[in-house]
Amino acid sequence: MEHKSCFHCGLDFSDSEVVYDNKSFCCNGCKTVYEIFSANDLTCYYDLQDSPGATPKEVEGKYNFLDNQKIVDSLLEFNDDKTQIVTLYIPHIHCSSCIWILENLNKLNPAISASIVNFGKKNVRVTYQSDHLSLKNLVKLLSKIGYEPFISLDDYSIGKKNIDRSLIYKLGVAGFAFGNIMFLSFPEYFQVNGFWIEQYAPVFRWLMFSFSLPVVFYCARDYFISAYKGLTSGILNIDVPIALGVSVLFIRSTIEISLNLGTGFFDSLSGLIFFLLVGKFFQQKTYSFLSFERDYKSYFPIGITKIKNSGEEESVQVYDIKKGDRLLIRNEELIPVDCILIKGKAQIDYSFVTGESEAVSKKSGDKLFAGGKQLQGSIEVDVLKTVEQSYLTQLWSNDVFNKNKADGFTNITNMISKRFTIALLAIAIVATTYWLFADSSKALNVFTAVLIIACPCAIALAAPFTFGNLLRIFGKEKLYAKNALVIEQLAAINTIIFDKTGTITANKETAITYEGYNLSTDEEILLKSTLRNSNHPLSRSLYNLLDEHDIITLDNYQEYIGKGIESQKNQDSIKVGSASYVGLSPENRVLNTAVHVSSNNIYKGKFTFYNQYRKGLSKLFNQLKKENDLVILSGDNSGEQENLTKLLPAKTKLFFNQKPEDKLEYIKHHQISGAKVLMVGDGLNDAGALAQSNVGIAISEDVNVFSPACDAILDASKFNNLYQFIKASKSAIKIIKWSFVLSFIYNAIGLYFAVTGQLKPVIAAILMPLSSISIVGFTTIATNLLGKKLK
Amino acid sequence: MSVIYILLAISIIVAIGFFIAFIVAVKSGQYDDSYTPSVRMLFEDELIKEKPEKTILTKKTNN
Repeated sequence: MEHKSCFHCGLDFSDSEVVYDNKSFCCNGCKTVYEIFSANDLTCYYDLQDSPGATPKEVEGKYNFLDNQKIVDSLLEFNDDKTQIVTLYIPHIHCSSCIWILENLNKLNPAISASIVNFGKKNVRVTYQSDHLSLKNLVKLLSKIGYEPFISLDDYSIGKKNIDRSLIYKLGVAGFAFGNIMFLSFPEYFQVNGFWIEQYAPVFRWLMFSFSLPVVFYCARDYFISAYKGLTSGILNIDVPIALGVSVLFIRSTIEISLNLGTGFFDSLSGLIFFLLVGKFFQQKTYSFLSFERDYKSYFPIGITKIKNSGEEESVQVYDIKKGDRLLIRNEELIPVDCILIKGKAQIDYSFVTGESEAVSKKSGDKLFAGGKQLQGSIEVDVLKTVEQSYLTQLWSNDVFNKNKADGFTNITNMISKRFTIALLAIAIVATTYWLFADSSKALNVFTAVLIIACPCAIALAAPFTFGNLLRIFGKEKLYAKNALVIEQLAAINTIIFDKTGTITANKETAITYEGYNLSTDEEILLKSTLRNSNHPLSRSLYNLLDEHDIITLDNYQEYIGKGIESQKNQDSIKVGSASYVGLSPENRVLNTAVHVSSNNIYKGKFTFYNQYRKGLSKLFNQLKKENDLVILSGDNSGEQENLTKLLPAKTKLFFNQKPEDKLEYIKHHQISGAKVLMVGDGLNDAGALAQSNVGIAISEDVNVFSPACDAILDASKFNNLYQFIKASKSAIKIIKWSFVLSFIYNAIGLYFAVTGQLKPVIAAILMPLSSISIVGFTTIATNLLGKKLK
Repeated sequence: MSVIYILLAISIIVAIGFFIAFIVAVKSGQYDDSYTPSVRMLFEDELIKEKPEKTILTKKTNN
């Protein structure tokens, strides 16, 4: 059979070809999008990138909540009588064609006056005339061309968010002042004596002074604040010696130029602040397309359909749902609250909550929990609890989600800074005391010189540059860390806890074995034909696994929700389903997920589904076991215990039937006894554990889709590299320690000049930038070498 | 009045001019998205193309 790929979306297909305009499409949806584009002169879309599109999904009724004015207002960024501006997150944005088509939206609808794509954040900011186009129709238009926006509860009242650009401003101001002060200080460095200098030096000096004012009082503000906070809570953090150095530099320089004693150290001062800010900026690598702060709000819909007593449908905001309300949940919609099923067949996918991909069937009267996704048709439910009180959302009221992991963690820089500050003050006092007796006129000079030259710029830069660079290298290797602190914490790990389903197992693959009497060819044909009719996930995977057979037309087919399926052809009947359904006695049942088959009411055997573990799992665990305690906490039953014991190193601890709170408590308990825990998980059920652990890594098959709140996101394909990542983090700590040694050497040289009372501004101006630059150079080269080993 | 004052004044005015330009650029959001503009600048040609239909290549089929 000839395989073709769709002109629009690139999907390979062999049957049901749709041909239009000499191009083949996989479905009518894709063809329709092409039609829209070609009718509007927008076919350039296909020139920029081969088959860039996505198949539009059925959205009928899905965006009815955008009729609710309150919801619309909360989404809009700007709204006056005529113009509205909205920023929509579109997950499908992935190539230049996407940018092009979305920025040409005005050709599809003239009411759209501008649309600007932010590729990194995967969003589009649309300005449109609200009297000609409503937000609902805009969203529908986007969905129609395959760019369906994703609107979640997280977007509620997000429209008016401000971007924090203060670091760029500070960097700009510091750089500007640094450059100008450098030029202004040159004349005095080059021509120490002479008429010219004597006449003009004050002008240059006071100009330098005025340039340094914004640097000290604006750019360096954060260092003063942080130092003050550190001192009040009794911690000598790295900002204490920095703030001390900056204030001494500024005060001594000001006094020097006021009394006409010298040029001051304004160039060193502004250079110091500039380099420190560069370090901060470098460390601030963010993956704008990822979100590390997701809670249930990012998954939940913003609006839902409520059925009024009169039978009318009405869209309401999710927070407005009250106990006792009747809701309509459409196909593919998420259930936002705990509720009771009243009407319709429910086929609920709880994979958001549990990580378990297998859908469960529910019948009317059953309780449904928030977070499940309805997979089959619409259902009606009665609300039991409001959003905040639902079982799933209550997990987020746990204190652990309000805790900042940075608190209570002493980073390597602050660890060294405590000793450094004490040593620095000791040297300053000893040297000053000596000079008080030797030559008291120099004593104050020496005291300030020590504080100036020892200002730990290089120490403060070592960690930001090492971690910042490693963050980028990890990003290329598909481990996306939230910030530099994560890498530092990763290096200190001694216990690793894994979730089972979706973390150490691959979601997409399952292994199936058959036990029992052999099935005849006729029975196999019948089985395959029967399974074909069922939408149950287990039926689908079993169907895909069985050998190719001709599909026969069944005489009779019945599906019993929650039990199994039955079919008949001529004289033969077959039953497929749960153990009790096919008539197996309870003692023969096992815990594994299994589908049982009986033919003509005689029990034949069962297909058992095993988890397919990720390739290289054994090897990874053997690498990790040397330095870490390994634990598996699974929310599933213990059916896989035997399998896992064989596969993993002997001392791996296995725990089954763990609820989300159990996982959290387990980690908490071990942290109290000193364990540094790395939690590796995937589902929302791990969210508590990921937050509680020292480092929480979420495994994701596709980093662009959902992952729970965590410290780092690891692409599933790189799961086996976990050991290398940990090892690299540990080496990073070594690099930083070597940088400290390097900067101490510079400090020792500088201190020699300071203690002997010969520190001239020009020495400071050379030594301080030199130490900073060599530290930056050293850490960058060392981390790049480290990165090469990762590959 | 020495010429040095004039030179200093000019140099500072020029420097402040650039500084203001930088602030304005940051304020207008130029540094918020550093990737999309690099792609966007390549689109200029496509927009004015008269009959883009003819330029579409039929996609190769994978056998």
